[in-house]
Amino acid sequence: MGESAKDVVMHDIKKGVLLDLFKKGERMDGRGFEDYRPVSVKKGVIATAEGSALAKIGKTQILVGAKFDLATPFADRPKEGVFSVNCEFLPLASPTFEPGPPNENSIQLARVTDRAIRSAEVEGDNSITSTFFLEEGKVLALYLDIYVLDHSGNMTDAASLAAMAALMSAKIPKYADGKLVRTEPIGVLPLKHFPIATTIAKIDKYLLVDPSKEESFVADSTLSIATTQTGLLASMQKTKGAMSRDEVLQAVDIAFKKGDELRKYIL
Amino acid sequence: MGGGEKPKLIIDGKRIDGRGMDDLRPVKVEAGVLNEAEGSAYVEWGGNKVIAGVYGPRECIPKHDANPFKALVKCRYTMSPFASKEEHSRSGPNRRSIEISKVIREVFESLVITELFPMTQIDIFVEVLQAEGGTRVSAITAAAVALADAGIPMKDMVSGVAVGKIEGEIAVDLGREEDNFGESDVPMAISSRNKDILLLQMDGLLTKEEFARAVDKAISASDKLHALQTDAIVRSYEKLESEGLEL
Repeated sequence: MGESAKDVVMHDIKKGVLLDLFKKGERMDGRGFEDYRPVSVKKGVIATAEGSALAKIGKTQILVGAKFDLATPFADRPKEGVFSVNCEFLPLASPTFEPGPPNENSIQLARVTDRAIRSAEVEGDNSITSTFFLEEGKVLALYLDIYVLDHSGNMTDAASLAAMAALMSAKIPKYADGKLVRTEPIGVLPLKHFPIATTIAKIDKYLLVDPSKEESFVADSTLSIATTQTGLLASMQKTKGAMSRDEVLQAVDIAFKKGDELRKYIL
Repeated sequence: MGGGEKPKLIIDGKRIDGRGMDDLRPVKVEAGVLNEAEGSAYVEWGGNKVIAGVYGPRECIPKHDANPFKALVKCRYTMSPFASKEEHSRSGPNRRSIEISKVIREVFESLVITELFPMTQIDIFVEVLQAEGGTRVSAITAAAVALADAGIPMKDMVSGVAVGKIEGEIAVDLGREEDNFGESDVPMAISSRNKDILLLQMDGLLTKEEFARAVDKAISASDKLHALQTDAIVRSYEKLESEGLEL
């Protein structure tokens, strides 16, 4: 849908209202600038998946399912397993989501979630996928499917929480006689870093953690930063607009603090 | 379907999960589980977990499809890639889900009072998050509650149930093994007040007499489902705001 004259006017009105509040140190829903909406994560909600979790941030609800399959390894990495993240914006999740193939926004969400986990848990020594080798030409593939059920702002952080929780709950199936025996799990994933994303919106000179739907609508820029339990940055993604060096560094400090807070919901 | 050894489906008059022939699996219905959708419902039916979301009446897209006399009802039923116990599948519609979307849509085309909303469309989206046989009838049961939750005028409520034949017996609400290894499967949707049959599909072999019994059993089961649907809608009005999904 293109931007109509009504959208432009509404944008300016909403931004004006929000900025008046920010000047008083307030947000529309009563939160402080660095507060999340209520967060909850429930693991193991889908019995047919090897791992799953439902994460809620405010009214945003995202389900992630983890499934294992057999795969042929990539030619340049014959001992490495496959890790793949896909994302669906279900049309029931928002009046603005339309049925159809993945669009640039759902692809971005899948890839941002993938990058944080890939950087922290898949690349490098002792990665989760290095334990996926089964026999010559056969490895495990792990598929994460992000299902956005209800979109009320900040999908990135909800998807990140649900994805990590689904990985933590995942049971690796036994491999016998060339087949996976899903009813006989042999263990869990050797996760080490637990990357979690924190999204910060910039509106005028204000930095706001966990932007609501309205705040995202008027944001000049948003920056998602995944931090690990081990004190590392695992991935970043900035959308639209500009941020200064100092703003970015300030956002990184906030993300480390908030990442530790969010991780408590899954550990 | 049907892979592996056929298990014994009836032992000492009881079915594989201990049910009698006329028993439904445990069914839970919740209305208003989503915040963005105008109407929504969650149905947990045995091992099935299904959510439905409804939008509309809203502008018909593409515009040239709009009907000047009535609203268009559109339906999309899809299954998540992690909904099955077996391998990971692809997201989005496939041949099976496109057929199911069509027959679900036709159920609601005969119920929604579309003449009230010319030039618009009403969207019904159903997502199967976890599957264990009987997803299309779970989907219809959820979609009906979601439409009511959205306040869309309907002539009647509807619920779905599959009745089939397993080891010679007519059994209500087939589970996964019964569906895979049974002799026949008849998914039906029955309207609550008029007892109209709005969905009827069948596979496998049945005599006319067996089929008549299957229909009668579906009508009895639909009364139980209707009571659960009504209760869910009543409870949704008791809540001040949606508490979200409880999977």
